[in-house]
Amino acid sequence: MSGIKDFVNRLGMPRLIMSIFLLLLLIMVAIYQLPFSMIVSQSITRSGINMVLALAMVPAIKSGIGMNFGLPLGIICGLIGGLISLEYNITGLLGILAAWLISVPLAIVAGWAYGLLLNKVKGSELMVGTYVGFSVVSLMCIAWLKLPFNNPSLGWAMGDGLRVTITLDEWYDKALNELWAFEVFGVTIPTGLILTCALFCLLVWIYIRSRAGMSLMAGGSNPNFARYNGINPNRTRVVGAILSTIIAALGIIVYAQGFGFYQLYSAPMTMAFPAVAAVLIGGASATKIKISNVVIGTTLFQSILAIASPVAAAIFPEGNLAEVFRVIVSNGIILYALSKFEGGRFK
Amino acid sequence: MNSKPVLSFKNIEKSFGDNLVLTGLNFDVHPGEIVSLVGENGSGKSTLMNILFGMDVIRETGGFKGTVQIEGNEVHISSPLEAIEHGIGMVHQEFMLIPGFTVQQNIKLNREPLRKNLFSRLMGKSFDTIDIDAMRRDALRALKRVHTNVTPEDHVALLPVGIKQFVEISREVDKENLKLLVLDEPTAVLTETEAEQLLEAVRSISDEGIAIIFITHRLDEVFAVSDRVVILRDGLLVADEPTNKLTKTQIAEMMVGRPLAESFASVTKRNLLDEDIIFEFRDVSVDMPGEELSHVNLKVRRGEIFGIGGLAGHGKLAVGNAVAGMYPYTGEVYFDGSILNASKIGEALKHDIAFVSEDRKGVGLLLEESVIINITFTDMIQKNHYLKKFGLITQYDHEKARQDAERMIKELEIRCHSPEDPVGRLSGGNQQKVCMARVLIANPKMLFVSEPTRGIDIGAKKLILNRLQKINHESGVTIVMISSELGELRSICDRIAVISGGEMQGILQPDAANADYALMMSGDPSVRQEGGVAR
Repeated sequence: MSGIKDFVNRLGMPRLIMSIFLLLLLIMVAIYQLPFSMIVSQSITRSGINMVLALAMVPAIKSGIGMNFGLPLGIICGLIGGLISLEYNITGLLGILAAWLISVPLAIVAGWAYGLLLNKVKGSELMVGTYVGFSVVSLMCIAWLKLPFNNPSLGWAMGDGLRVTITLDEWYDKALNELWAFEVFGVTIPTGLILTCALFCLLVWIYIRSRAGMSLMAGGSNPNFARYNGINPNRTRVVGAILSTIIAALGIIVYAQGFGFYQLYSAPMTMAFPAVAAVLIGGASATKIKISNVVIGTTLFQSILAIASPVAAAIFPEGNLAEVFRVIVSNGIILYALSKFEGGRFK
Repeated sequence: MNSKPVLSFKNIEKSFGDNLVLTGLNFDVHPGEIVSLVGENGSGKSTLMNILFGMDVIRETGGFKGTVQIEGNEVHISSPLEAIEHGIGMVHQEFMLIPGFTVQQNIKLNREPLRKNLFSRLMGKSFDTIDIDAMRRDALRALKRVHTNVTPEDHVALLPVGIKQFVEISREVDKENLKLLVLDEPTAVLTETEAEQLLEAVRSISDEGIAIIFITHRLDEVFAVSDRVVILRDGLLVADEPTNKLTKTQIAEMMVGRPLAESFASVTKRNLLDEDIIFEFRDVSVDMPGEELSHVNLKVRRGEIFGIGGLAGHGKLAVGNAVAGMYPYTGEVYFDGSILNASKIGEALKHDIAFVSEDRKGVGLLLEESVIINITFTDMIQKNHYLKKFGLITQYDHEKARQDAERMIKELEIRCHSPEDPVGRLSGGNQQKVCMARVLIANPKMLFVSEPTRGIDIGAKKLILNRLQKINHESGVTIVMISSELGELRSICDRIAVISGGEMQGILQPDAANADYALMMSGDPSVRQEGGVAR
């Protein structure tokens, strides 16, 4: 009995509940005789394309600004970088690389301003961050109409402005997913995507173990201790905001290439929530996070979503009830994760 | 005393996981008796009191073995409220008073004398009128029993720290069925005269037949007030004797479990040059809330241990905090002959000046991080030690940090299960040792320590003071020690400055008369002297 209790304590209740839910879905997959290999492939791909976005939470939490609800800010920077790479018709892996390179300087500037703002509203980062995200997305709805992009594939057939969704077929649709991809037992392994995620995780891991990363951590976990040791916690918070924004920008490009589209206008509005929910489920708190929390959390969360869709479609074959069901599951998990996130601590 | 005991602990055993913290504890407390409960930090005193008060921590960690008896009957106390119903009262180290309420409201909180009115006859007891006169009368009587003259209508927030402690005791005494009162380090925040008054009050409460458990680190008080001493060490009851059968040294030795060397190493008169000034304050005023300092001049000679004493709230703590850049100051700070812009974060550290803050938990430690990271942090950030370099990239060298941290853990006798444990899990004294280890490992040229021994036991205290003396004598580190404990300053300092009311009162030799110190601390201008090289 105590052995079980120990195990549950170590695993954490949220991860246990999510694992059980995942198991139930897998049983449904068996009952409805859905194609198992396709579902596993889907889970891997979804987890991979979302992981870098969730990784953006690491520097934010370490630096003490908490969960970065202002993720859409970084996403917008990534989208601009991506659109510029499309404008100049850079295709394939080179296109992704170009998108990354262009978005980084934008993200540095945006993250710096965001960090300065967060320093002025200490204690309400969560609310302010959320609204920074919302405001920037809304502002960009005008910008998408007015920005001087001339590539006809990006705009509407008639009139001004960029399309709502831009299909990446012509440029780099699934370029990372399909890089060195192979099949085992009918399951597609997106080697390029997995390597990309591993690379970003490694870079962040190296950073948090460096002198700069340790200062960031000290500034976040005890600002007075940091000052006593000659570290300016306001500066490390700005650094945390910049890094988080950069990773979000890189992350949306990874997401878009795997998804196949750049989604503009109001699409980025709520993109912070799945990322926050994933790391919470993975075992992070408002003050503590490890890379393993990101990997485990994203995999659990996105696998459930990937499996819920076909299962729902099998249970409710009529109309778009399946899509409704998927949205309910997705928001239900986010709500569950956030409900456990009280008083700044994840219980 | 042959009367029936008020409280008996029978074979109490408690473990946290695999770690046994109390082993087969047996002792009784009789009516009207004052029992001192002493022991080092982490010896199990707090755990025992948590058991007595049915705190959640005990139940959540698997309960305890053995029984607690009150007046001969076995009781199962599962919440502090039940403990109160059994007639057990407690005065906490931290003040459990509502600052915005008056003294009488605090004393009678939730036990207000009530009068029926028309409305409450219809709506029930919650709508009764509070009988202010009866409340005032009760409060006055309770305050008188602890020899305190406070107006019951005063707001608690406005009272001096010392008086609050008395208000808290009055509240407990006012409870009609009070049989046993637990005082947890009640004198820790009091001045000497206040402490004496408190001991006086404790004696008169016990004369009324109330049993008292008195937890303290100050052995003088044990002898001043208690009938019996119970000594705990590592969860074991090592002595339960009438106070007059023991000496102070015996108690101290039983607490730490080894013989102590006679007193602290005495200060040898050394050749310190009055012209060789390493550190200087010129007309420095510091704006630190609650510890303001105004227009202070002081000079510290190279290689000395310079003490700064004074009462709490009089500004002595501002000295270390200003140099560390925690609070803004005006005036000039000189280090090694050149001006030091100490308000810039990290500037003092760059000059190899290190600090131990008086606020361990708030400033001194990263509570969630491991002992290793806490010990090596300053050295790593300031001097790039414990870092492996790969071109531009640095990586924390955990292995090397662990080795050095383990060396410090051994030298300072820091008690922890593993150096990887978060430092927040250690007891207060061990946390203080970690703070010391953090600065010692960085080999500073000059060290500011604020209240290095506050709230820690005699063994740890001695170790820390000896260690300070050792680095001063052997490595020539200049030390400024800021402390409320005069005895401790006098045991290791070469000179002691006294700060009162935010102003420098003068500098005394460690062997100056007690009366001189007392007068200076009270800020009496008649004794201000041109001592040493300070002014």
